[in-house]
Amino acid sequence: MALPQIKQDAMEARIAALVMPQGGWAQAAREDALGRVRAMGLPGARDEYWKYTRPDTLVQPDAPNAALLETDETPVFGEVDRLKIVFVDGVFSAADSDDLAMEHVTIDRLADASDIHWAKDVYGVLEARGQTPVQRPLATLNTAFATDGVLIHVTGKAPKPISLIYRHESEASDAILHHVVKIDSGAELTLLENGPAAARFNKCMEVEIADGGTFHHVRAQGRDHERRAATAIFARLGEESVFKSFTLTANGVLTRNECVIELTGDNAVAHVAGACVGDGDFHHDDTVFITHDALNCESRQVFKKVLRNGATGVFQGKILVKEGAQKTDGYQISQSLLLDEDSQFLAKPELEIYADDVACSHGSTSGAIDEEGLFYLRSRGIEEGPATDLLTIAFLAEAVMEIEDESLQDEINGRVEAWLSRRRG
Amino acid sequence: MLEIKNLHVSLEEEDKQILKGVNLTVEAGKVHAIMGPNGSGKSTLSYVLSGRDGYEVTDGTATLEGEDILEMEPEERAAAGIFLAFQYPVEIPGVGNMTFLRTAVNAQRKARGEEEMSASEFLKVVREKAKELKIDADMLKRPVNVGFSGGEKKRNEILQMAMLEPKMCILDETDSGLDVDAMKLVADGVNALRDEGRGFLVITHYQRLLDHIKPDVVHIMADGRIVKTGGPELALEVEHNGYADILAEVA
Ligand SMILES: Nc1ncnc2c1ncn2[C@@H]1O[C@H](COP(=O)(O)OP(=O)(O)OP(=O)(O)O)[C@@H](O)[C@H]1O
Ligand SMILES: [Mg+2]
Repeated sequence: MALPQIKQDAMEARIAALVMPQGGWAQAAREDALGRVRAMGLPGARDEYWKYTRPDTLVQPDAPNAALLETDETPVFGEVDRLKIVFVDGVFSAADSDDLAMEHVTIDRLADASDIHWAKDVYGVLEARGQTPVQRPLATLNTAFATDGVLIHVTGKAPKPISLIYRHESEASDAILHHVVKIDSGAELTLLENGPAAARFNKCMEVEIADGGTFHHVRAQGRDHERRAATAIFARLGEESVFKSFTLTANGVLTRNECVIELTGDNAVAHVAGACVGDGDFHHDDTVFITHDALNCESRQVFKKVLRNGATGVFQGKILVKEGAQKTDGYQISQSLLLDEDSQFLAKPELEIYADDVACSHGSTSGAIDEEGLFYLRSRGIEEGPATDLLTIAFLAEAVMEIEDESLQDEINGRVEAWLSRRRG
Repeated sequence: MLEIKNLHVSLEEEDKQILKGVNLTVEAGKVHAIMGPNGSGKSTLSYVLSGRDGYEVTDGTATLEGEDILEMEPEERAAAGIFLAFQYPVEIPGVGNMTFLRTAVNAQRKARGEEEMSASEFLKVVREKAKELKIDADMLKRPVNVGFSGGEKKRNEILQMAMLEPKMCILDETDSGLDVDAMKLVADGVNALRDEGRGFLVITHYQRLLDHIKPDVVHIMADGRIVKTGGPELALEVEHNGYADILAEVA
């Protein structure tokens, strides 16, 4: 079926503003992706999958400007012993990065295009698999045009986390990065990400986890108020492997975080969690799709949103249990705490199950601060502001506790506390 | 210490008067008990004194050491020295009991211009007081009141009281739901705080608590008023004869 003219025009306008990097092992994947995105078109306001989030500013040829945040706050994860890789407005900064070398890990850059690379088996491959049953054209566009990214191959237990730091220094920057992570059998990596990245950021990450591999991901998306981001994670899990991803989002005028996970090996575990705090002109969308295609796998989706002054939160989460994926344990919860009546939360939880011996549950709620609890705290002498903050942090706790490392939990809680106390002036 | 004069209170939501002219003075160093039939307004009085929303004071005053408390925010009243042990303590998922206690202690200290308690000092004091109330380390770590049994919740109220050292302690049916041993623990906790400078208002249905916490004065509340005031013997009379005689006598 041919694309409607309006979609075709929008897509060609976007593509015309981009330059495909040439040469190297990724060339074929890029061209394939260009063909695929041309066939599907970019997201439009009428698309069912974009019902709650307007894609126009993510799709238009030029990134809308985003003012830089003035802050003297030390960036998150500052205390963590980690291997730092820095991108400034989407451009790798060798000067600010550590040596891309660590025991049990090889790190290359997408931009260093050799003719042969292990990433060829993953790059664009997991992304393409994630296009059915729902299309995710921004990720395909990313595969075609990403200017850089890191290719991480983990062969054992990484001695420390890899930390991707995304700085935003130009008001009009439009960054497209694509990372590939490959965890070998029994290997283990923690990946940290933080920073606003650019005025507009399109980021795709493909994660292939072999049998018994473990991947932890903790991300704090930058606080620049006007920044926009569309991110996608595509993960494929082997037998007894573990994938755990947590995202904190504070501010940003528009964020769409997609996460597409395939559990293909028995006894695999996938947890995706997110906490977001938004005030005013803030639209945050978590879109998750988890496919169970093996025996006895566990998946958890835990998303919490605190919204005020007209902020909007969206959650679209699906658990698909394929035929034969018996003993699946699927859990999904999405909740919002609305601090006033102007804010809104839109949720579309879905279950689709083709196996008979499974335990899946999902729930979605939206509520205000608990007045009884607030009075109880105040009656013990805690002022209304700090008491509200305590209850807010408590509300987010279920999501934050999905982070396995307690010091990273504390780091994230510290960020939320600081954000809340800034709101109180 | 606490002086309540002609206090009239209605519900904000509906036009219903609950307190219809309460007069009551609790002197420093004294324990006053309030008894009275269900629905007579005892909890309402305790909530109005601690500043809960939803009530409208239509007449009368309440002062703590001469200061009008009815205009204060709940946290200001707490800092001024009012403490209510709730009839139904509230569960707060996600907030650790320890964090809660420490935040409360330091918030009050700060409001009074005192120095905050250091983490180590706090830990030492809380452990000691928790031990006396047989509150174990696990209960201190758990979220406030979540999954606590009825009796554990009440003991947790007394722990908060012991940590905050308020001037005016109001206990709303702290004895209900307690087994005999727990009641003794709670009473010991209260008695340990009895002091020249501190007043107590103990709301209860049963004489038994008053065996342990010997009140100086007993009031009977009915239909939003204090209808009779006497000594400890009044509680015994209620225990034996119920309220019928007293209510008939004052009618
Ligand atoms: N928020 C409210 N809405 C409606 N009625 C209320 C409310 N609060 C109190 N009341 C009513 O006011 C009256 C007094 O209630 P209160 O809880 O003060 O009684 P009490 O003396 O503490 O009773 P008990 O011994 O059963 O604890 C009752 O009739 C109660 O139903
Ligand atoms: Mg009551």
